[in-house]
Amino acid sequence: MDQLSPGLLRVEGKSPLLGQAYGRELLVQALTASLRKFDPRIQIRNPVMFVVWVGAIITASLTVKPDLFGPSTASSLYNATVTVILVLTVWFANAAEALAEGRGKAKAAELRRTRIELVARRILPNGEIETVPAAALHKGDIVRVDKLELIPTDGEVLEGKAYVDESTVTGEAAPVLKEAGADIYSSVTAGTLVVSDWLRIRATANPGESFLDRMIHLIEGARRQKTPNEIALTVLLAILTLIFVIVVAAMAPVAVYLHAQLNVADLIALLVALIPTTIGALLSAIGIAGIDRTMRFHVLAMSGKAVEAAGDVHTLLLDKTGTITVGNRQATEFIPLEGVRASDLIEAAYLGSSFDTTPEGRTVVAFAERDGVLPVGAVEGALPFDFSAETRMSGVDLRDGRIVRKGSVEAVIQHAAQRFDMPAPPDLWDVANRVARRGSTPLAVSVDGHILGVIALSDVPKPGIRERIARLRDMGIHTVMVTGDNPVTAAAVAEQAGVDEFIAEAKPEEKLRLIRREQARGRLVAMTGDGTNDAPALAQADVGVAMHSGTAAAKEAANLIDLDSDPTKLIDLVAIGKQMLITRGALTTFSIANDMAKYFAIIPAMFIGALPGLATLNIMNLRTSQSAVLSALIFNALIIPALIPLALRGVRFRPTDAEATFYRNLTVYGLGGLIAPFIGIKLIDLSLSLVP
Amino acid sequence: MTMQGWLQIALVLLIVFLLSIPVGRYLAAIVMDRKTWLDPVLDRVDNGIYRLIGRDSTSRPMNWKAYTVHMLATNLCMAVLIYLILVFQDYLPLNPLKLPGMEPIQAFNTAISFITNTDWQSYGGETTLSNFSQMAAITFPMFTSATTGFVVAMAFIRAFTVRDGGANLGNFYRDFIRFTTRVLLPLSFVLALFLIWQGTPQTLDATVLTHPIQGGQQSISIGPVASFETIKHLGTNGGGFFNANAAHPFENPTPLSNWLLMSLMALLPSALVVCFGEMIGNRRQGWVLYGVMAAMLLLILPVTIIAEQAGTPTLAQAGIEMAATGDQPGGNMEGKEVRFGIAGSGLFGVITTSFTTGSVNSMHDSFTPMGAVPEFIGMMLQNVFGGKGVGFLAALVYGLIAVFIAGLMVGRTPEFLGKTIQRPEIIMVSLALLIHPLVILAPSSWSMIAPYGVSSLGNAAMHGYSEVLYAFASSAANNGSAFAGLDANTHWYNLALGLVILVGRYPPIIFMMAVAGSIAAKPTLATTVGTLKTDSLKFGAFWLGTILVVGALTFFPALVLGPIAEAFAMVHGYTY
Repeated sequence: MDQLSPGLLRVEGKSPLLGQAYGRELLVQALTASLRKFDPRIQIRNPVMFVVWVGAIITASLTVKPDLFGPSTASSLYNATVTVILVLTVWFANAAEALAEGRGKAKAAELRRTRIELVARRILPNGEIETVPAAALHKGDIVRVDKLELIPTDGEVLEGKAYVDESTVTGEAAPVLKEAGADIYSSVTAGTLVVSDWLRIRATANPGESFLDRMIHLIEGARRQKTPNEIALTVLLAILTLIFVIVVAAMAPVAVYLHAQLNVADLIALLVALIPTTIGALLSAIGIAGIDRTMRFHVLAMSGKAVEAAGDVHTLLLDKTGTITVGNRQATEFIPLEGVRASDLIEAAYLGSSFDTTPEGRTVVAFAERDGVLPVGAVEGALPFDFSAETRMSGVDLRDGRIVRKGSVEAVIQHAAQRFDMPAPPDLWDVANRVARRGSTPLAVSVDGHILGVIALSDVPKPGIRERIARLRDMGIHTVMVTGDNPVTAAAVAEQAGVDEFIAEAKPEEKLRLIRREQARGRLVAMTGDGTNDAPALAQADVGVAMHSGTAAAKEAANLIDLDSDPTKLIDLVAIGKQMLITRGALTTFSIANDMAKYFAIIPAMFIGALPGLATLNIMNLRTSQSAVLSALIFNALIIPALIPLALRGVRFRPTDAEATFYRNLTVYGLGGLIAPFIGIKLIDLSLSLVP
Repeated sequence: MTMQGWLQIALVLLIVFLLSIPVGRYLAAIVMDRKTWLDPVLDRVDNGIYRLIGRDSTSRPMNWKAYTVHMLATNLCMAVLIYLILVFQDYLPLNPLKLPGMEPIQAFNTAISFITNTDWQSYGGETTLSNFSQMAAITFPMFTSATTGFVVAMAFIRAFTVRDGGANLGNFYRDFIRFTTRVLLPLSFVLALFLIWQGTPQTLDATVLTHPIQGGQQSISIGPVASFETIKHLGTNGGGFFNANAAHPFENPTPLSNWLLMSLMALLPSALVVCFGEMIGNRRQGWVLYGVMAAMLLLILPVTIIAEQAGTPTLAQAGIEMAATGDQPGGNMEGKEVRFGIAGSGLFGVITTSFTTGSVNSMHDSFTPMGAVPEFIGMMLQNVFGGKGVGFLAALVYGLIAVFIAGLMVGRTPEFLGKTIQRPEIIMVSLALLIHPLVILAPSSWSMIAPYGVSSLGNAAMHGYSEVLYAFASSAANNGSAFAGLDANTHWYNLALGLVILVGRYPPIIFMMAVAGSIAAKPTLATTVGTLKTDSLKFGAFWLGTILVVGALTFFPALVLGPIAEAFAMVHGYTY
């Protein structure tokens, strides 16, 4: 190592060290937060853990005064041990939640620093400029932001044109061009940096309502509300807890009647072992981690409900352009007419497009190059003929006098007839119509009025989109492609991408109508959108994902905002949402299945004196009654931190049909949950025997 | 156990299974207004009744609230009527023995007990009730309580099939009348004739005088027994005409009548599951539930039979042959009738508790401790087929919880039969789940430390607790059978058991009807590959697992402190 240059050494050593420091800082923060969560006002929100907390207080009192509830065989030391395990159980639950919140808190703190530092130059009605803190800006205020200044408020660009670096918000490094008047590109976000020129902006948010504020709130989880399924599960767990309280409390009078002396600490231990502490401790962490996972995915969830709903969607509305197809049409075929050599057509197409800088022109060149035709030097000194809406053609006048034109079939026919008095070849329309019927656009190519053939421009599905849509179908999700194209084109693309349904010549109202139709059938619908006219549909959809590049109206209406503005991410959001539900279901099953073993550990131990026959139930052959109770309780506590990584990461999700997923999870978490504690408790019992 | 004994058991179960299919389809035809061959006659009968009550009130569509309210109001009116008949029977006709009116608290207990299909009796029938009371206050609610249970289950099932948002779950009165006239009355009539042939009396006389060979004379109680006995079993009611219940030779004279009574108890609850499959148009789903229930029955039944045949160490030490031989049954015959034997008594005991009838042909108190455990389990789970309608609803309580957890495990808001199971349903279902352990465990434990609770015990230690636990389990499950040994005719037990019967009956029905209302209001989702199938063997296994695990977790400690501890003690030579 000594031989290495200091620079290299620093680079190698720096990042892991920094990473550790960051990790340690997060851990310390989580630790303090977990201690603060012992506050009973926080505990009472989680009925399961609150019971453990109350139990710990009772055993703590018994530690001080073992005969508090009458004579007992339990020593202070035993009661103290139980108390410590109970406190640890609660603490593990606190830690799980604090760890889940940690990452979000760090990010929120960073954003908050940005917000505090923001300063604005407000333009008063009389034209004067005053400098105020950004927090003083209200809706309608007008500010000016110059190069290398941070934008102080969310707003609309009124004047100017500038590149803005939005990486603080989106994580996307490339600056974005913002200008007035453009529906999508005129909205700016507070905290982003103007890297060129200047902008005059009208504020669209009041203090505390900006996107940055919302982000901070959401990330911190200050406004985190439980999702519908989470509430249902909490109710079920609370009632199960109540049932176990009744079950355990009912044992005491019977024991008195049977003259069996019961230790209160044992009863509390049994209760805590039975109530679903595992899922109770991790439930909230699972929800937070789910939101956190969407955030690391650069998607901002307005609520956990939206993430959960994403996992639940039945119908996915996908915009054709940008989501299913690359966006621009690509040249996919050169079709020579009767008697024309293919190479002649390709060469002409290449030449005619070499000055064409439109996306269509570039794709023709690229496609021709792929076919290996490269007439190098032929275009030197040539005169470009640019595309215009009137001519609907582009091309080139070569130095050797050849006039190459490429454009819409009608335009090229007209060009040939008027300029060269050449008739259109008889098979031209046949070929052109055939291309159109496939959903592609035909372009004719002519050299000096000789029409050589047709270039087919097609919508090309994004690489891998067909597989992703097939995966969605495997999960039982119905996909609908929405496009403004004509039905012929739409059908062709739909066919290629493998979507279940498509809507052609769709107006924005069409989306809204479709969403309502699906919802009336009880289905949950997800869609993406960016324009202002998407807003009503985004608001109506159960999962509306707005692109961050979109308009303020769209972002306001949506419940998820994709900071990378990548519409295909909707597909991944489905997986995140499902994973959140699966993790909850799996841990609930595991938690309840665990109880069987605990009965067999604790019940014979409790009645060892009065009902010796019950020793037959001690099928794990645990050493002593105290060791049996403590082993069950320790297992109950340790399983929580053991499962924290799983809760934070989520149960592995594979896009298969429901049957397979159910069977796998039932085997792992149901059957595993029945068996694991028998082994775990026995092992703890064995290790306790090593303690003198 | 002899091969013959096992065959006898298998035959009864097989016959019930085979009968449940056509009967289930017949039930579905009645509920779904399909044509049946009895229509030409019964349509006229029903129309007459509709005209009497009012066409409007028997045809009006009812949502879950209206349906529930009309059910509750009708039950209340009938309960009051029964109470008055019992208390004032000395002023009413057909009382040749001049029996006095019933004591009010006992009458309260009895009225509640019979209107709820429980038929818990803290009185001896032949010595307490006049023939009029036996018919009007006891036999009458045996019809109506069975019908009540059945029709609420039907309204619940309709919630999955209606397309009107739940505005019409049926008309309570119409359902009530059709089920009574088309199922219970004809079956009861025909089968009563069968029992009369077997020797069961059917008369308005109260006693018959005989002159035994040892001299003097003996008056033997008789009455309208055959009509009482059929509906008592067909309607899973269970109260006895005589104090000895179905062990009495007039109630259950022969092995053949014993076979009939067992089949009758099991028939309608199992047919109802078939009916469920028909109504939802998914027979597979019906069979999955049938399988879940049958699996539980087949799981617990052998425990009783084997334990009873094995007998007890004490009996063996006394020199009694425990193994069955050609000329004696062996095993624990204490409290059993010789004409039924181990198989006929053990099977009857398990059926009467699993189908929550409550009729007894042997003394459950005298069963071996392990032999009694399946009887506890039947009443605690309530859905080893269970009572008419309510057993089905109890199975659905566990089923919806299973659906919820399984749904989460596949990453989808849970669905059952195309309806999402969400917060409102889970709240109601959880509350329904809570009621049963609450009303069994809390009062039975209280009884063990209250002087007025312990003073009724007929036996000591674990066995004493078993008696009390059985009484409350039997009341909560609306079973009605008694473990015997416990003197339940005290103010505490009459009141506490009466209240437990009430709370065990109506709140779960109300919660489940609320679930029905909520489910009916939802659109029905089409099945996709993302939907977890609930009509698969896998889901059936999970459903069964949920019932067993949740049920075991809830009642295991109580069973351990009662019969199971006693069983272990017995092995060590201690008896109570």
